[in-house]
Amino acid sequence: MIRIENISKKFKRLQALDQVSVHLNSGKVISLIGPNGSGKTTLIKCILGMVKPAKGKIYVNEMKINGDPSYRQRIGYMPQIGRYPDNMKVGQLFAMMKHIRNASEDDLDTDLITKFNLVAIFDKPMRTLSGGTRQKVSAALAFYFNPAILILDEPTAGLDPLSSEILKEKIIAEKRKNKLILITSHILSDLDDLATDIMYLQEGKLQFCKSIDTLRRETGEPKLGKAIAKIMKNQLQPSSWVDKVLEIKPEDDD
Amino acid sequence: MMKLSRYVLYDILRSKVILAYTLFLFIVSISLFRMEENNGKAMLSLLNIVLIVVPLISMVFSTIHYYNSYEFIELMLAQPMSRARILLSEYTGVALSLLSAFFIGVGIPVLIFSMDSTGMAMIFTGCALTLVFTSIAFWASVKARDKARGIGFALLLWFYFALIYDGLILLILFAFSDYPLEKLTLVLSALNPVDLGRIFIMLKMDVSALMGYTGALYQDFFGSFMGMLFTTGIMFLWAIIPLLGALRTFKKKDL
Repeated sequence: MIRIENISKKFKRLQALDQVSVHLNSGKVISLIGPNGSGKTTLIKCILGMVKPAKGKIYVNEMKINGDPSYRQRIGYMPQIGRYPDNMKVGQLFAMMKHIRNASEDDLDTDLITKFNLVAIFDKPMRTLSGGTRQKVSAALAFYFNPAILILDEPTAGLDPLSSEILKEKIIAEKRKNKLILITSHILSDLDDLATDIMYLQEGKLQFCKSIDTLRRETGEPKLGKAIAKIMKNQLQPSSWVDKVLEIKPEDDD
Repeated sequence: MMKLSRYVLYDILRSKVILAYTLFLFIVSISLFRMEENNGKAMLSLLNIVLIVVPLISMVFSTIHYYNSYEFIELMLAQPMSRARILLSEYTGVALSLLSAFFIGVGIPVLIFSMDSTGMAMIFTGCALTLVFTSIAFWASVKARDKARGIGFALLLWFYFALIYDGLILLILFAFSDYPLEKLTLVLSALNPVDLGRIFIMLKMDVSALMGYTGALYQDFFGSFMGMLFTTGIMFLWAIIPLLGALRTFKKKDL
């Protein structure tokens, strides 16, 4: 569904993306991981056409991205930090998006709006919302139009455990509908029961993109965090970042 | 296109800045017409206000609006919406609100008190200047990444067109006063929309009789149909070129 060919992008001196090529198919939950500043968000923004790559091509549904915005009809995007017009009320935001996308009532997916009980805050202006509530609005908006491709940038950051669980259930439900879901996250335990594939970026380079089963088989580790740590230690330069993630989660050691 | 502009307009109307601008223009126009016993004199005072205030407000307001709606633009970029459409909707929204403010604030009083060719020229010039300076402001704000630099740049451009340019022209006229400069000044005036507007209105007024030979030459040119066409064409170019520049930059930008 998404094919990326030799994407490179430089911000001043920083090489944000370096010759990244990958093929992502529907029916999968691909989790994009890597240290801070490794180019995850830049890659996502390239797919969405917000950042223009210096080199390389991106195809979505076999259509090359080059200015025609219609391919975004099929993409739902949840940004890392959702920024919305301050004066707009939550209800107006949803109404506006519906109006702009020309969506009919039957195609809408209001599942998350109901489960997060967002109707209760429909008359609150966006600027008064807390970070977590804003995140809920972003999530509900990404799923609202029932898109075939979902791109979620740090979806569970800032959400309380209950909402986080609701969102994860929703992601699993969407996965069963044969959609392509791309998630970035730093919380590997969250990804354990979601992801089917792991894509690892470091300093703008794609280190590997493998299915979880392959990773587990290759390393002999059932836990995702450990499996990744083992791979990184064995074949690539040592990544202190994975070690840190493991340190915070001692209960994972058995 | 209008779909998005509606939300831009809605957002602008909520901020009430446009309302204050309309009210300011309206009060100034009405009081000028009431105070001066001669409508011609009032028009002359109004002319200066139109030439100074309209470009300034158009520029500052458009720049601030662009930076304030950055979130909105970001949100729209993730939707199936082309960048050109997003920027043009923003432009349409801002330009429409500024135009209606000018039309209510200055246009209506002028139509009531002095509905003649001078009045029409004034309304035309004010509307054209609004569009021109909104375009220039959009280009400046798309080019500059942060707000302070964008507003500073817009103010600098306003200074240039409203004040510095006239100084430069005077300098040229003094330096080459031995030569016939009528044609040259005609060309130079086209390079500044504010000057072009000023000459266009002035020549419709009685005061143009005081300008001697040069005035007569201008009268000959601007009074004709060709002159009208020339002014309209140049103003149109001034509005469209910066807007195209802004579109070009916006399309290539990383957001």
